[in-house]
Amino acid sequence: MVQERTLPQFQAPAAQISPDEGLLLYEDMILGRYFEDKCAEMYYRGKMFGFVHLYNGQEAVSSGVIKALRSDDYVCSTYRDHVHALSAGVPAKNVMAELFGKETGCSRGRGGSMHLFSSEHNLLGGFAFIGEGIPVALGAAFQSRYRRDALGDASADQVTACFFGDGTSNNGQFFECLNMAALWKLPILFVVENNKWAIGMAHERATSQPEIYKKASVFGMPGVEVDGMDVMAVRAVAQEAVARARAGEGPTLIEALTYRFRGHSLADPDELRSKAEKEAWLARDPIKRFEAYLLEHNLADEGALKDVRDRIQTTIDDALTFAEDSPEPSPDDLYKYIFAED
Amino acid sequence: MAETLLFNALREAIDEEMGRDDTVFVLGEDVGVYGGSYKVTKDLYDKYGELRVLDTPIAENSFTGMAVGAAMTGLRPIIEGMNMGFLLLAFNQIANNAGMLRYTSGGNFKIPMVIRGPGGVGRQLGAEHSQRLEAYFQAVPGLKIVACSTPYNAKGLLKAAIRDDNPVLFFEHVLLYNLKEDLPNHEYVVPLDKAEIVRPGKDVTILTYSRMRHHVTQAVKGLEKKGIDPEVIDLISLKPLDFDTIGASIKKTHRVVIVEECMKTGGIGAEIIASINDRYFDELDAPVVRLSSQDIPTPYNGKLETLTIVQPKQIEAAVENMVALKV
Repeated sequence: MVQERTLPQFQAPAAQISPDEGLLLYEDMILGRYFEDKCAEMYYRGKMFGFVHLYNGQEAVSSGVIKALRSDDYVCSTYRDHVHALSAGVPAKNVMAELFGKETGCSRGRGGSMHLFSSEHNLLGGFAFIGEGIPVALGAAFQSRYRRDALGDASADQVTACFFGDGTSNNGQFFECLNMAALWKLPILFVVENNKWAIGMAHERATSQPEIYKKASVFGMPGVEVDGMDVMAVRAVAQEAVARARAGEGPTLIEALTYRFRGHSLADPDELRSKAEKEAWLARDPIKRFEAYLLEHNLADEGALKDVRDRIQTTIDDALTFAEDSPEPSPDDLYKYIFAED
Repeated sequence: MAETLLFNALREAIDEEMGRDDTVFVLGEDVGVYGGSYKVTKDLYDKYGELRVLDTPIAENSFTGMAVGAAMTGLRPIIEGMNMGFLLLAFNQIANNAGMLRYTSGGNFKIPMVIRGPGGVGRQLGAEHSQRLEAYFQAVPGLKIVACSTPYNAKGLLKAAIRDDNPVLFFEHVLLYNLKEDLPNHEYVVPLDKAEIVRPGKDVTILTYSRMRHHVTQAVKGLEKKGIDPEVIDLISLKPLDFDTIGASIKKTHRVVIVEECMKTGGIGAEIIASINDRYFDELDAPVVRLSSQDIPTPYNGKLETLTIVQPKQIEAAVENMVALKV
């Protein structure tokens, strides 16, 4: 039967980071983790409905990539989009309110967990169907190039980061869009979060070439494999890819090897993944690992890290109160937002 | 006034809009170097360059999604479906994203894009190239659907569609590209949501669109000779339907015949009948009759193909029968 891919030995990143940058990354990862834990609690308490896909375990990818972007760059996500939205700067209270279906949500209660949008933060959306966000992200990247090269706007050097999972890398849109991005040298990062499982389909059972990053070579595009449990490593490859994209040198495919600590969604009984597999990956928790890194390199002390955790706990508590206290959309607005004029 | 072929009227519309707004661009298969398979983008590549008239690989769903992303971030794409049937491959991006995304984003983004190209039953093009797609798309929320039928309205409607801030599906008919008409020398736009009264009359309302407008016009010549005075309305907008114009006509004639190239089951005519029953049932002197295409994949054989779509003689007979009905 299928052979499981052996996790490669990664070189420890030599990248330097300032204490402020370190704490910023740490805060972003803690925000992602605490937010998702609160979602699980709210879902099981019957306050949140529908399909809710949590990001626990993958925080190093969101923080490592999105925090390497500028605020005017674009982010395009999937159905597992809460933490991408948070890293992109959408306030936790507006994401939480969206999950509660409230008018104050970032999609005004019309989108829900899988459809988070914020034009203010250049968040192009959570897309629920596999692969459908990739062409949309391609369009944003095309728009940057169009402004720069067709309209002569030298300041149009925005980069788009497009996230999707290992399951999506078997879908036609993945190949079609890699082709076009390379063909037109579009400023885009294709970030595969390979967490090994597409609901219950093990990656090795679904793909004839499990090393997704190698698929970039077909398009003459750089493909990079990175330890998705190491925020410093992810950040380093993202920074390099962003610099290339911004310089007009085209796209990069980044495969981050990571793991989701919870089931596919909160409705998933998660019966297929072995205890041994889960424990092996839990032992590589990106947040614990980054804590150790910060302490070891004297970038922060225990007190500073605790301050961050306390502050984020308050942010989450405030977000929850905000979401609970916010109004539902008015029934009078049922037809609002179908057309641009509405 | 200058005599213009319909394909060229469309080309002028695109050229004029690209000239007035540099965020307007065209993308699709063979729109650039080749000039479009029906020459609707002829020479625009030379004039505007490869980014504004973008030749795409054959990847319908992906380049349609790319247009959605470009529209969300401030550009105004015009997609040419080399044949509108190919856009079934882009159904995910058209329905889920072009159509729904403004709503699901709670108004965060608008999607100003036009998806245009040739459709309808041509001459022995075979089933896949002879589709009537408007019915497939009419259920999708958030889309506007427009069908042009003359060089005049083709140009004015396409300009309006390009300026519209919503996704517009713009249907051209493959057999109408070489229609000729004198067009004004001055600039004009035609509203997307207004039906066109082709011929005022008092005896019966004939609702039609796209190529069938011309079959109806032919049938009307025979009806006139028989002393029948039909009102002919070209729907133009298939979504939303212009019930102001339709309703006013029904209140005058009290009789309706729908002539469409669409398939009968789940077609545009089916929707119109349901809506007329909802709104104007008491005005009707007779049940609404619809003449639609047969519910079959379009056959290649010429005789069978002719039998698939509505012919002028059938329209004449149906209208005559309806007018002869005693109330």
